[in-house]
Amino acid sequence: MALSGIQIYKLLPQTNCKDCGFPTCLAFAMKLAAKQVELAACPHVSEESKSKLAESAAPPIRLVSIKSDGYEAKSGNEVVLFRHEKTFYHKPGLFIQVKDNQSADEIKTKITPVDEYQVNYVGIDLTMDGFAVKSTSGDPATFANAINTVRQVSQRPLILMSSNPSVISAGLQAIDGETPLIHAADRENWEAMADLAKQHKCPLVVTGDTLDELAELTEKIKAKGVEDLVLDPAGRNFNDSLIKLTQIRRLALKKNFRPLGFPVMTIPGNAEDPAFEAMLAVQSIAKYAGFIVLDTFTPEMAYPLLVLRQNIYTDPQKPIQVQPGLYEINNPGEQDPVLVTTNFSITYFSVANEVEASGLPAWLLVTDAEGMSVLTAWAAGKFDAERIAKSVKGFNVEEKISQKRVVLPGHVAVLSGELEEELPGWDIRVGPREAVDIPSFMKQTL
Amino acid sequence: MPVEIPKDQWAGTVRLITLGATEADGGTRAHTVTVGGQKTLPFMNFEAESPNPPVLALEIKDRRPDDWSPLLLETWSEVINDPARWAEAAETAGADLIQLSLSLTNKDGEPNSPDSAVATVQSVLKATGLPLIVIGPGQAEADNNLLVPIAEATKGERLVLGICEDKNYRTIVATAMANGHLVTARTPMDVNLAKQLNILISDMGMPLDCILMDPTTGALGYGIEYGYSAMERLRLAALQGDSMTQFPMIVTPGFEAWKTKEAKVGDGVPESWGDWLNRAIHWETLTSMTLLEAGADILVLRHPESLKRLEAAIADLTTHPAVA
Repeated sequence: MALSGIQIYKLLPQTNCKDCGFPTCLAFAMKLAAKQVELAACPHVSEESKSKLAESAAPPIRLVSIKSDGYEAKSGNEVVLFRHEKTFYHKPGLFIQVKDNQSADEIKTKITPVDEYQVNYVGIDLTMDGFAVKSTSGDPATFANAINTVRQVSQRPLILMSSNPSVISAGLQAIDGETPLIHAADRENWEAMADLAKQHKCPLVVTGDTLDELAELTEKIKAKGVEDLVLDPAGRNFNDSLIKLTQIRRLALKKNFRPLGFPVMTIPGNAEDPAFEAMLAVQSIAKYAGFIVLDTFTPEMAYPLLVLRQNIYTDPQKPIQVQPGLYEINNPGEQDPVLVTTNFSITYFSVANEVEASGLPAWLLVTDAEGMSVLTAWAAGKFDAERIAKSVKGFNVEEKISQKRVVLPGHVAVLSGELEEELPGWDIRVGPREAVDIPSFMKQTL
Repeated sequence: MPVEIPKDQWAGTVRLITLGATEADGGTRAHTVTVGGQKTLPFMNFEAESPNPPVLALEIKDRRPDDWSPLLLETWSEVINDPARWAEAAETAGADLIQLSLSLTNKDGEPNSPDSAVATVQSVLKATGLPLIVIGPGQAEADNNLLVPIAEATKGERLVLGICEDKNYRTIVATAMANGHLVTARTPMDVNLAKQLNILISDMGMPLDCILMDPTTGALGYGIEYGYSAMERLRLAALQGDSMTQFPMIVTPGFEAWKTKEAKVGDGVPESWGDWLNRAIHWETLTSMTLLEAGADILVLRHPESLKRLEAAIADLTTHPAVA
């Protein structure tokens, strides 16, 4: 939790020596509280105060990062419980699990499509983040082999899963130089796991059945010098998992409770039922997980999960905009109508969806209205005859069609006169107000 | 290390609303369904009571739908030609409620008549003992023409009638009030608009335990983040004590998900979308799951497999396992 200026002042030498460039220590403290200067500007501050101030400046949820050659998955630094309060920052990583008792062929068959998977959503290519290799054999050499097999196919970041430190050690050696995530330290093995994490400079997952146990373990492990931790609260069902993740997030943000100020991992893959797994993954995405381990990979499950993650982690203050342009729906030809709308994503989707569902071909002219809906943009002067005419010309609509006709959204019927002046020789039609009425309008009127 | 778990204390409670009336209360339903009553955020049962788990409705139409995905038509098979049999099948599939959505036109393309709509509602009420939601075709004039005679013919059943929107709510609210029914009030993904419509409806004298609100959600990939946040904000406002937001939320993930291209279309889509049927069911199920986390009380679905999955998830979400 950030300290106030007065609290910071108490930690300063209080000599008003002006060496920092400010007239008094209090003035300097106020600037520090406002994060407008660095503490280093004070040459006299004690080591003890330095560490206290550094701690208070640390984010309530530590940022933890897993790296491999060319890839990174990170989680943490979240500041709110509800996305509308600000935004969620770091999208949770989606990892697919393989087991070391699977044959090399089985492992390759499972991970190849995951590694290659890419799906386009509103112009963004979405991919999975990496793999969790789990030791079911308990044998260090088998584990290292499985990891090598994964690395023959994919370079994406890894989570190494075993409760046996010698198995983890073999895995870490197999990918020396990378920064995988180790899963997991528990009350039995934590010392050896902490040593490995420290030696290989890797983040470490801490697991326990209760928050008490987790908090105790993270304190002990931090005392050994390992700071990059992730929590696995081992949720036993939807309810248990949701409550624990909520409590951890609340403790970190509202109480600045350092022992639980870390990103959280969930393992929906343990559900052993793909339908449950997908629903648990949804809960994890919406409610506070930072790393999510799945057992099942199918495109039809990965696609909605990746899209949901994108949606939940959209900044509510910056709505997704669609690239302005001339969009083709149902393979339009030169006789087909040109429908005008704005580049607010929801507006675009509502319109595109209805036209698409109608089965009728059309050109959709998405005008740059600075990401606002039709009425809002019109009221703000961002969607007027001039802008519409500009996009008709700018996107070379005329070259695509034989009949010079555009359809305006019903809400801006008032623009039709001006648009006729801007676009002489064009037939300006007024469509329905609501997207849902577009199909019948197209069938009956166009 | 003992961790002190902070517990949120809320001033407000979501209103308890009972759908359907049994014979003892002037209706014909076999049993009623009650939603609401939460004193905390969704499923936070460690800090306060949430007496009623979310419930699941299946949507049926008064005739074979023109615009539903072929996957849904195939699943329900021939019962879609007979709303009474469809309602029976939906009850057998495990629905807590039935939503009957009326069409604008009959199968011959003529406007749906009040007589025929009343007969359909009565046949559905006879076929199932579940509480019923009746939704008009979505055009003000048609909605009012059909819903008024339905409300009168089913007096005392505590049906949910809809949809009330800011441009058309007076007639529906008036007939619901006169005939002992409930209404659902829909607004487009906005806390203030939702609140405003609730105020307008209650200003007409509608009892507050007869209003459900539909904040409109969008589907996964189609604006769900707006609906999700509007729902979270509405529920937070309700718990903070804002009376005009303390209504249970009804949402329509079946309608939203099944109109997306992902659910509706099987051919000519990217390979990365995967298997059509599984994708469509995921779209409906995962949209629903997201809305449950945001505080949905009634989810209106279309596919029986989605219903089955969500039933299991809700059971799990409302049961806190003892610590081992």
